[in-house]
Amino acid sequence: MMIKKHFGNFGLAEILLAISVLILVIVVAIPVLLILWTALFVDGKFNTADILNILSQPATYEALKNSFIIAAGVTFFSTVVGVFFAWLVSRTDLPFKETMKVLFLIPFMLPTLIGALAWKMLLSPRAGYINKFINDLFGLDGSFFNIYSLSGIIAVETMYLFPFVFIQVTGALERMDPTLEESARISGAGLLTITRKITLPLMLPSIAAGALLVALYSLAHFGVPAILGTEAGIYNIPTKIYEQIYQSGGSFTAIRTGTVLSTILIISAALILYIQSLVLKAGRFQVIAGKSMRPMLLKLRGLKLPLLMFSILYLSITVIMPTVTIFLVGALKTYGINFTWENMSFTNLKYILFEWKMTKDAIWNSIYLSLSAAFVTMIVGVLISYTIVKMKVRGKFILEFLGVLPFSLPGTVIAIGVILMWSGKFGVNLYNTAWIIFVAYIARYMAFSLKSNSAALEQVSDSLEEAARACGATHWQSLKDIVIPLVKPGMVAAFFLIFLPAMRELTTSVLLYGPKTRTIGVAIYALNEDGETVYAATLASVALIIIIIGQLIIKRITQSKIQGVQ
Amino acid sequence: MAYVMLEKVGKTYGRHEVISDFSITIKDGECLTFLGPSGCGKTVILRLIAGFEHPTAGEIYIGDRLVSSVEKNVHVPPEARKIGVVFQDYAVWPHKTVYENVIYPMQMQRIAAGDAKGRTLAAIGQVGLGELQDRLPFQLSGGQQQRVALARALISKPDIMLLDEPLCNLDANLREEMRFEITALQKQTGVTILYVTHDQEVALAISDRIAVMDKTGRIRQVGPPDDIYEKPADPFIFKFMGVSNFIPLEYRDGQIFIGESDSPLGCPVPEGSLERIKKRELIAGCRSYDIELTHKESQTRGTIRRVIYLGATVDYLVAVGKKVFRVQQDIREAGQGGIPFQDGDQVGLEFLDLKWFENQAIDEEVE
Repeated sequence: MMIKKHFGNFGLAEILLAISVLILVIVVAIPVLLILWTALFVDGKFNTADILNILSQPATYEALKNSFIIAAGVTFFSTVVGVFFAWLVSRTDLPFKETMKVLFLIPFMLPTLIGALAWKMLLSPRAGYINKFINDLFGLDGSFFNIYSLSGIIAVETMYLFPFVFIQVTGALERMDPTLEESARISGAGLLTITRKITLPLMLPSIAAGALLVALYSLAHFGVPAILGTEAGIYNIPTKIYEQIYQSGGSFTAIRTGTVLSTILIISAALILYIQSLVLKAGRFQVIAGKSMRPMLLKLRGLKLPLLMFSILYLSITVIMPTVTIFLVGALKTYGINFTWENMSFTNLKYILFEWKMTKDAIWNSIYLSLSAAFVTMIVGVLISYTIVKMKVRGKFILEFLGVLPFSLPGTVIAIGVILMWSGKFGVNLYNTAWIIFVAYIARYMAFSLKSNSAALEQVSDSLEEAARACGATHWQSLKDIVIPLVKPGMVAAFFLIFLPAMRELTTSVLLYGPKTRTIGVAIYALNEDGETVYAATLASVALIIIIIGQLIIKRITQSKIQGVQ
Repeated sequence: MAYVMLEKVGKTYGRHEVISDFSITIKDGECLTFLGPSGCGKTVILRLIAGFEHPTAGEIYIGDRLVSSVEKNVHVPPEARKIGVVFQDYAVWPHKTVYENVIYPMQMQRIAAGDAKGRTLAAIGQVGLGELQDRLPFQLSGGQQQRVALARALISKPDIMLLDEPLCNLDANLREEMRFEITALQKQTGVTILYVTHDQEVALAISDRIAVMDKTGRIRQVGPPDDIYEKPADPFIFKFMGVSNFIPLEYRDGQIFIGESDSPLGCPVPEGSLERIKKRELIAGCRSYDIELTHKESQTRGTIRRVIYLGATVDYLVAVGKKVFRVQQDIREAGQGGIPFQDGDQVGLEFLDLKWFENQAIDEEVE
């Protein structure tokens, strides 16, 4: 007789819960608590004087102001651009709509760091190609547009962040129940009135969701302000934290200033996410039907071609021109000379790929750090998501809370958190090793993995697993034979959702790298700082090629998924 | 094969008590149905027997084996209980072919490959899917998926089969067909079946015994289908098993009247019940086809309020005083007097078969 004693409360469920909580506490919770502790307490005493002192310094105050101005500007323009193009591809008779829909996602794949680098080459006040070209053309001596400015930073971030809004809004527009608009039309409303009074209000939750994602991202973004701002003395919170820590050689005072600024980021991010959850809750009336539909399309008539040309032009300027610039400059023998065949070669490429140790190391570091972080985060993500979605255990809410937390943590905050946690204070010193970046990546991308895996797991009905148990499979066997095969697409998606952004990561690794552990992002940034513009562009080209290959693989995988099991 | 015994089983979620002090024995080789409105806890009992949930009180035996006991801290996991389960949503694994789905229990039991293959093919044949063994579930219809689930549950020769509303997602024709097939499979294999449903027709058709449950998770009556239908223990069961009329009765001027009307009941009452009718302790009930409508003069008269043509039958609402009855007439019978009755017609009523209940709680919801 096979009677298994159910001893105490220690089943598989409890073990999984314990492991999941442990991982999230170590990787996420403790670092955040350390930041708050360090920011608010000095020698174990609550310390407001110090915080006020830090915040009242003109430099930090200035950085805070810039961060919020940039975030507000980028959010505003991204929303306008994103909603406009979303409406254009889903609610008008624009030609080649399906193709355009895909093309508008490309700016998303272009790393903001590389975009900023390209725009620096094009529009820096003196040496920018466009500025020079216009000066030559009209015999001017000033500069047509100075990219080293707040408006330059806002413009470049908008170019690459608007797809957040675009994706949300096109998705919602496509799923919106057409009868809502049809009934308004039957009641005698014109298309303009319908758009203003029915469609737009119904889309508001999706628009807001996209806009808040942009705000969250922009508020704590390092790359663009670092490349375009520092030269003109414009700092935002992440670049200020970096500058302080970098200049002081990692002194505790600088890190403490970092924690205070991080606390502000955490609070702002929490606020943004809170607003988002309110908006999403308010928008949960049934406007979105699951069925496919044929919405009313606005006839563009004479504007058809001009609007198509405008869209193509927009993409050419924001995507093709910068990409081409990067590849061309990357092949130049020296920066500033003309783009002629004689001036171009593969020498740079050969040099950074095979000869120069610094860049070789950076590429290698980025590849193995991204691969291993993506792999570990994917596995741990499945484990935690499974516990959250499928397990009936007490104390699950802790996990749910900790699982959402990483969504709201900007890269800079995570970096400061892992510095506090892993620089020897608790017996483990990972500072200046690749491990500290590895740990930071796991914390930073855990949210992606949880989101992707939870979505996949929610599709797997509980009865599928129970059917396996009834067939004689143990819990582990049912996981291995039924659950894992069914969530594999979600796991693969999670892997690439982590691998690709990790490949181009800068915000976190720039605070954590040591002499031997530069990543591609750090190396591009450092080369640019040192005036090695050409090598920065060559390395950026390599990064772009890796990203393009990665995207192609994702496309293959998602397509084969459609052909296989639904 | 084995009997299943539940002894004083209780299950609470947080503060919500779904079932308590629940005892029943499912006999070896019988098909017992738990019939009850949604939310009555019938599925919870099935899940407790399967081992997907732990009871919070009591003991469960499958055969002579204690599988769950709160007191003795015993919980045999589902995989060790020798059960077969068929779920409401089929739970056929979408990434495995029909063959792979059905052979899975054999693989779990480490049965030799050759033997397992033979049994799998036989099981697939038995449910009539012989040609489709290499299909993936999304290439099958709902009924075919349900057969895969049946074959998979039966193949390992379980002690008991647990079926959780397996027919409710199928269309009417398919439901009827599968109903016969489940009965046939049970006759062939002699397996003990616990069937859970809210559909009284299915329950009547397939069960050896039915246990009717109410919203509070208690068993109201257990018995063979004809007993449940013909001799319902209380108004709730009568109401749950089909279209029903309840007739309140008033005694005045030496006659029994239909409540709130001037019409006498006009049919004999059981011996010795008159005293109780006088005290209003009894209430009568009848099915819609137990009332005959006539053009003839009759003591009990009513007015047709609504006529619905249903093909095989005609469905009327007939008002007698303030009381409204639902009456169904066979189409042939309705046609005999010329045409069926029309809205507003005056008719005579005759009660053919009355059931007598204690006058209590007839308003209890059945859904």
